[in-house]
Amino acid sequence: MNTGDILEPKTFTVTRADLVAYADASGDQNPIHQDEDVARSVGLPGVIAHGMYTLALVGRAVAEWTDGAEVVDLGAKFTSPVVVPAEGGADVVVAGTVKSVADGLVTLALEVTCDGQKVLGMPKAVVRA
Amino acid sequence: MPVDPSLVGREFPAPAPLTVTRERIGAFASAVGHPGDDVPPTFPIVLAFDAMMAFLDAEQIDLHRIVHGEQRFAYERPITVGDELTARLTVTGLRQIGGADIIGTASEITDATGAVVCTGKATLVHSGATS
Repeated sequence: MNTGDILEPKTFTVTRADLVAYADASGDQNPIHQDEDVARSVGLPGVIAHGMYTLALVGRAVAEWTDGAEVVDLGAKFTSPVVVPAEGGADVVVAGTVKSVADGLVTLALEVTCDGQKVLGMPKAVVRA
Repeated sequence: MPVDPSLVGREFPAPAPLTVTRERIGAFASAVGHPGDDVPPTFPIVLAFDAMMAFLDAEQIDLHRIVHGEQRFAYERPITVGDELTARLTVTGLRQIGGADIIGTASEITDATGAVVCTGKATLVHSGATS
């Protein structure tokens, strides 16, 4: 990988069933990720994806781009919720470029969107070259 | 009800260590569609979440009033099958914005030898003012 490389954007469709499976696998059974009424009761627009599910999709894109390189840093702010409808799903697009390659580390610049809106703030991923 | 400001600096361990098995990793990787056999980088959230629940339970904070605001992980080494991991969460900051508590936390995930495997920083947004 070289600085400036543009990585192929990855689109992942997130469904309510995915969120239930993620809740079971991660232990995060917060009902705002499964129950429309609870989500609305705390001011959310509807059932939202776990922030960590979206971040896991970033981890998945990074693994696919780098052929499973060791991750040394991964994180983001969850600035806008990924609202997941009861039918169909929400498409999360993970786009990236190689920001820098130095000292054996590759830093990726990322943009993660849903319906054209950024859902992660200051997303960061660093892997071993 | 706002969160008690004297919480800053308090530590909350996860109630039990987690032994990393192939089945556990496989279930997590399958749920997020992670390719290959390696451990998904967000897997440590399982530990960090256990420690967060210990914190929420101790403070009687409802999980459904929490939204994850930020999460960052820094990894010292890859997690592998056979690791026995323990997590400890520290409340690092607390402020109020528009009726919500913004809770800063740091978590440290260690292996059976006590070596740090991964550190996490998280922001939790608690919307408790309307209850």
